[in-house]
Amino acid sequence: MAVTPTDTEYVRTRSTATVGSGRNLLDVKALKMHFPLTQGIIFQRQVGAVRAVDGIDFFVEKGETLGLVGESGCGKSTTGRAILQLYKPTAGEVKFDNIELTTLGGEQMRRMRRRMQMIFQDPYASLNPRMTVGNIIGEPLEVHNLARGKEKTERVQELLRVVGLNPYFTNRYPHEFSGGQRQRIGVARALAVEPEFIVADEPISALDVSIQAQIINLLEELQDRFKLTYLFIAHDLSVVRHISDRVAVMYLGKIVELADRVDLYEKPLHPYSQALLSAVPIPDPAVESKRKRIILTGDVPSPVNPPSGCRFHTRCWKAQQICSEVDPEFIEHEPRHWAACHFPGA
Amino acid sequence: MAGSAIAVPLPVAPQAVQRSQWRMAYERFRAHRPAVAAVVVLGALAALSAAAPLVSPYDATKVTLAEIYERPSLAHPFGTDALGRDLATRILYGGRVSLAVGVLAVTVAVTVGTLVGTMAGYYGRWVDSVLMRFVDMMYSFPRLFLLILFGVFFKGMTFGVIILVLGLLSWMTTSRLVRASFLSLKHREFVEAARCVGARDRRIIFRHILPNSLAPIIVAATLGVAGAIIAESTLSFLGLGIQPPTPSWGNMLKDAPTEMNIAPWTAVFPGLFIFLAVVSINFIGDGLRDALDPRHVVSRRG
Repeated sequence: MAVTPTDTEYVRTRSTATVGSGRNLLDVKALKMHFPLTQGIIFQRQVGAVRAVDGIDFFVEKGETLGLVGESGCGKSTTGRAILQLYKPTAGEVKFDNIELTTLGGEQMRRMRRRMQMIFQDPYASLNPRMTVGNIIGEPLEVHNLARGKEKTERVQELLRVVGLNPYFTNRYPHEFSGGQRQRIGVARALAVEPEFIVADEPISALDVSIQAQIINLLEELQDRFKLTYLFIAHDLSVVRHISDRVAVMYLGKIVELADRVDLYEKPLHPYSQALLSAVPIPDPAVESKRKRIILTGDVPSPVNPPSGCRFHTRCWKAQQICSEVDPEFIEHEPRHWAACHFPGA
Repeated sequence: MAGSAIAVPLPVAPQAVQRSQWRMAYERFRAHRPAVAAVVVLGALAALSAAAPLVSPYDATKVTLAEIYERPSLAHPFGTDALGRDLATRILYGGRVSLAVGVLAVTVAVTVGTLVGTMAGYYGRWVDSVLMRFVDMMYSFPRLFLLILFGVFFKGMTFGVIILVLGLLSWMTTSRLVRASFLSLKHREFVEAARCVGARDRRIIFRHILPNSLAPIIVAATLGVAGAIIAESTLSFLGLGIQPPTPSWGNMLKDAPTEMNIAPWTAVFPGLFIFLAVVSINFIGDGLRDALDPRHVVSRRG
């Protein structure tokens, strides 16, 4: 089955008791991640910065899936990595279960990694080609002293079974597997430490469409089984609609809109969200033929030198004078529906 | 899709053939004929040298004035030298010295080079700048000049000193190779994944990055052995390396310029063996390069 939008059968039936209970697992405030651009060979001086993430606020509630969408290069992956402290954020707060991560020391952060994991985009690049599957999945168990020897082997086999792989595969190398199988290995590695929170960084965009649905379903089953919280990064809106409880839309290093899934897809407030959604094909010829696409002109501006005021004003059909002067605030226009636009709505 | 997404694939027997990357590299090496031939030649040379006392009935250092400059014959297949010593025997004993110096000097060089390259490549920033400028400096010294200087300083070097000096003057290539591969590997996703999982620096370096940089190190080390053998020969030829009567391929050539006219075999055979060893090692290095080159892995797997 293909993952498609609009079909009501995809409306998730999972208990919503934990959603909206106000218990945030992750709180991100004013997070910035700038990568310095330097010149000079010996004396490096900074000549600018790529503002990959430039001040974003959001929270993730325990047990929910927050989808993070946007074009390539808008800072989605950087956000995920900055949250997990794989990059040291330039500024801002990242609170996980009320523990501030940005100020944690190396060893303290290393221990925190038991609780938060990541699934990577490219299953061909994210597995060490010189290690066996058993060693790859067993590594988290080793570094956190969770299991050794025979117990470790058994845990690894159990994990392989959980992600739908043959437990006999422990002595094989990654190159002996297909993309989908490799991604399952990556999922097993992330699960090994029994984390509460997983950043899934475009976990399916490198896979064949037929395999994508399998991995999505696997992630959903695992979420129910292990009470996981996901930050699901993707650029495929249909997939995000399918898996997310809430969705955040990113453009050029900022979140422009954040809302419950249904609200965002049914009545997007920000023109960029509207344009993105209008690009999603609808698998019904009658409806599809009437679909009106909003075609954005121009390219995404450079994150080194973003436009003044609202970053989207250079491509926005609604832009007025104010848009190029004042950066719109990220405001809750409707309950649980935030957007950063001077002229929100249709 | 019908049923559960978690469909367990058909069980495969655990003893199914497992082809690791090293196994595939071995197979590619086997296909490289000159390299395989070189392994045979070098292996024979090393084995004969190691077993020299068993192979040869002669003493490598005993002077027999009655048999000076004998032509190659059945008794002395490579003839005898100016002091009546069997040349074949001396070549075997010399091979022990020359090959051992080559291998051990490279061991020193690779160890130092890997250490420096790892520090520079992994920690980057000022560590990298400082170490690499030091490498540039080491590179800018003329190696032969330094070798001669050390030789004069130590009044001819002993086995241990020669290994240390050769090793410490030739680690720079390895360090640059290792640094380069650390730079390219440390931002790869599997390294990031290891960090994300909670691995410490030491594990990331030794379990994730170094094993993936082994191929160029192995090739450089192999070719380095040839270089070290030649360097040792040069030094000994100049009288600054291994001191007679202990034979080495280099010091056996010491009197070659004058002996060439009266007893050419005394110059030709030691030279031939240096040539054989160096060519074999270079072929092996070539074969290893082809076998370990990741591009071949890609093209094979298509």
